[in-house]
Amino acid sequence: MTKYVLKRVVLMFFTLIIIMTIEFVLVRLLPRELPTDKVQAAAIASRWEALGYNQPLMVQYGIYLKNIVTQWDFGTSWYISFRKPAWDVLMDRLLPTVLVNLYSLLFSIPIGILLGIYAAIKKNKWQDSFISTLVMLFVSIPSYVYAFLVQYFFYFKLGWLPLQVYALADAGNSWVSGKMFYSMIAPVLALSFGEIAGLCRFTRAELTETLTSDYMLLARTKGLSRRQATTRHALRNAMVPILPMLISSFIGILGGSMIIEQIFSIPGVGQLYLKSINLFDYDVFMMDGVFYTFVGLLAGIVVDISYGFIDPRIRMGER
Amino acid sequence: MSERIPVIPKEKFAFVNEGARMHDKVFDDKPISYFKDAWLRFRKNRASVIATVIIVMIILYAFLMPLMNTRYDSRFMDPYYAKKAPRSLVLRPLGIFDGGQDRAFSEKGLIRAVAVGVGAENWDGRGVTVEEGLESYYQPMLKISDPVEKRAGKNITRNYTGRVDVFLEVGFLYQSIMQSEYAKIRAWEEETGLHVLYPLVEDNSYNTDASDANNWYKMKKNTPVSTAGGGKAKELSYEPGLILEDNYKRDADGNLIYYEYTGGGSLETAQYRVRVLYYNYYRYRNGFEPNYIFGTDSQGYDLSLRMAGGIQLSLLVAVCVSVINFILGAMYGAVEGYYGGWVDMSLERLSDILAGIPFIIVATLFQIHLAAKVGPVPSLLFAYVVTGWIGTAARVRTQFYRFKNQEYVMAARTLGARDRRIIWKHIFPNSLGTIITSSALVIPGVINSESMLSYLGIVKLGSAQATSLGTLLADASSIWTNYPHLMIFPAIVLSLLMICFNLFGNGLRDAFNPSLRGVEE
Repeated sequence: MTKYVLKRVVLMFFTLIIIMTIEFVLVRLLPRELPTDKVQAAAIASRWEALGYNQPLMVQYGIYLKNIVTQWDFGTSWYISFRKPAWDVLMDRLLPTVLVNLYSLLFSIPIGILLGIYAAIKKNKWQDSFISTLVMLFVSIPSYVYAFLVQYFFYFKLGWLPLQVYALADAGNSWVSGKMFYSMIAPVLALSFGEIAGLCRFTRAELTETLTSDYMLLARTKGLSRRQATTRHALRNAMVPILPMLISSFIGILGGSMIIEQIFSIPGVGQLYLKSINLFDYDVFMMDGVFYTFVGLLAGIVVDISYGFIDPRIRMGER
Repeated sequence: MSERIPVIPKEKFAFVNEGARMHDKVFDDKPISYFKDAWLRFRKNRASVIATVIIVMIILYAFLMPLMNTRYDSRFMDPYYAKKAPRSLVLRPLGIFDGGQDRAFSEKGLIRAVAVGVGAENWDGRGVTVEEGLESYYQPMLKISDPVEKRAGKNITRNYTGRVDVFLEVGFLYQSIMQSEYAKIRAWEEETGLHVLYPLVEDNSYNTDASDANNWYKMKKNTPVSTAGGGKAKELSYEPGLILEDNYKRDADGNLIYYEYTGGGSLETAQYRVRVLYYNYYRYRNGFEPNYIFGTDSQGYDLSLRMAGGIQLSLLVAVCVSVINFILGAMYGAVEGYYGGWVDMSLERLSDILAGIPFIIVATLFQIHLAAKVGPVPSLLFAYVVTGWIGTAARVRTQFYRFKNQEYVMAARTLGARDRRIIWKHIFPNSLGTIITSSALVIPGVINSESMLSYLGIVKLGSAQATSLGTLLADASSIWTNYPHLMIFPAIVLSLLMICFNLFGNGLRDAFNPSLRGVEE
């Protein structure tokens, strides 16, 4: 097991380095733009020269890797926040993204799973078809349509929630204050519809499969009630694929949703990505790209490994 | 053994089927092929059938709408009629799609709105009552509620709610035209009996904003006044019998002035300032009345045509991507799955690496690098093609692993079939159902991510020729509370497309899955 995990982690870093190389080459090939202000332009140009931005591409990549290994330096932001290390710029934006997505996950996981269980137990009855129809609709509708609906009903019609997430200064200089939480309810709701529907569909599918399996019949014949058999046997087995999915969504909260951050003006990682494209802040763009790649790869391997931990029947890495 | 078997003479024996040739019997009923079976079961799935019908309707809309509109194409725009609400001349008398918007009016605001219709009738300065103006064809107010009175000390303020036709609300505008144009308009007026040119307005103390052509009546501090009663101007309030006093420009003899020289040298190039009723000016220029079933977008294009263009683009991209991914994925997955071993290993590593790059980054980099050279749509297609086939390839690969050691494949190999023949003639057709299904499910995914990318502005698709539903939504995102139609129609179409393609794909998946046969009954 340890060997398998190690192998996967090493392989992941190998993949990450290759992707990083591709991204680095493609980003550095882009023409860099200097600001119109002459003094600032000269300052930035000389900084670039000193940092080796004018060297051959592979030399630049060597410098880039060396800086990461020796100083954990992923480059510098030139436009978003002048001369701040790209890593710090990213880390500043991580908390809002994580919070919004975390709230939405914590809100949608219980509801989604409970609805899924209910639909599976009532399979082929009207409750099931009602839930399944709604799930079908909610899974398909794009998240920004929810965002507009939430804004429309909760801001314009009812006036309960603010239109956008408060700026940090307006909410007591803390991302976890009550006021900030209140302003985050709208994006959390917009994110949750799709999340609940997806979870519900997945849970229902897995549970209906385990509910019809042979060990359920055995459990009933040996005298367990339907409720006992469902909670102790079917649900436990259905959790085998559900838990890894939950784990991967918890890792996915690092990435967040670009579109929701844009609509509700959450200063998060996704908004940073869009900003870095629009302002040609390529070091930050590169940082964000590496970060997204890392999160994606991490989610993949954690899911694979977690199967082995959750289900003793699965032996990882064996043929 | 004493009993003797009677001897039957040889001649008595005859072959039953002598002379006839024997064949296997032809089946009376027709065989049901895999695809026919799938089709039969697809038909039973009501939701998928309805979804398919809706998809067909949306496709028909996207391709027929531009053809049906013979008056203008998607490039037709009118800057003064931007963001206007849906208005259909056919449905207008029924009170829907009347180009109307519900608004709240102060008393002054209401007079201002009503005055457009009064002014349209008052083309010769004869003095028209508000009552007459309310009956006018050019009256923007469709509905006016009873006033709500509010007392604050001595002052009584009256507020109204009403529904206003946003096209007629534009009212009068100043335009700069040449003399030849002026003559043409006069000729057109003569021919149709409609009025385009209206008298210019005096720029005096009664005109609060000389640049606004709707200020044709005498006002002080935005309140209409009457000056007839001697020295002091009397403030007027809204009532049906009200007569607004015109502030038209007149020459020494009291004749109305319709145009004014503003610049330009010779007779041909000289520019004249005229005041037009824009609704009729639009009719004069285009030959028809404004008739936009879904309203106009933020720039003044016909939203119904913009949406048709957006749907066309989304479908085009989605279908192209799904076909290309189908081909690439099938080839890649077939090679991987069939040969296995180190070929599989190394190809898997390659697709692992490609799959590790987040799509949004691929799309962004392709846009930045290629959009200027080959245009945004092809570079978007490239981005989809780079990583999109991996899912299909993985599916094909598992199918090949499943089938490649089955007896019929071995039989084919024993008979000397080559690898290529075994792959394409024997294994591939068996995995076709799964692959088609996954390709069909690619379509909603592509539509979603395409609209997301264009919404975020990563893909810039806002030109006069082509737009995307995502761009339309992005244009609407900051102003849609005032102009809800800008958001509602594209959002509905996009959601419908997504829902229906998902249902369609799910129906296909169930239909192609033979293990589900008979489960529904």
